[in-house]
Amino acid sequence: MENEWVPLIARWIHFLAGITWIGLLYYFNLVQAPAMAAANADHSGPGGAGIAKYVLPRALFWFRWAALVTWIAGAALLGPSFVSAFTLQGYDVIIGIGSWLGTIMLLFVWGVIWPNQKKVLGLKPATDAEKATARRVAFLTSRVNTALSIPMLLFMGASAHGMALFG
Amino acid sequence: MKNPLDSIAGTIISGLVLTVILAVIANALI
Repeated sequence: MENEWVPLIARWIHFLAGITWIGLLYYFNLVQAPAMAAANADHSGPGGAGIAKYVLPRALFWFRWAALVTWIAGAALLGPSFVSAFTLQGYDVIIGIGSWLGTIMLLFVWGVIWPNQKKVLGLKPATDAEKATARRVAFLTSRVNTALSIPMLLFMGASAHGMALFG
Repeated sequence: MKNPLDSIAGTIISGLVLTVILAVIANALI
């Protein structure tokens, strides 16, 4: 009974949290960053202060916690394959590469993006120059995560449906 | 040289190149 329910629930949570995480990542990269650049360049418009004040903190809240929940559910889903995945053994190399990419992305979220965004949001004291640097570092790390998400999603999917590529 | 990650197209192309590299590595490891 437990052996059937745990992987199902873990996969369900993994998908729900993963969609929330990567959906917000794509929102930041495809929508918010270009929108903020356009808003800042449009001197006769309302500017991007409203997005920074009301949207960004909420988006970052769901983004960083969804990232953590995704990883925990993914680790539960790996179950007994956890070690062989992360040590790239046999066919577990496929889910293992996906798992490593997801893990690196999680570490970038909590170790780089969030600490820098705290300076941008004013939750951590920073000068204007430090804020500008923090904004650039967070932006580039977010772009790196977007690039990493492309192979990550292929390898996650290929672990169950990858015979065309890894048969 | 311009950073490819500054554009969305450059980011997607970087991801696709990395995908090919990792697929080759994975096939070699299996």
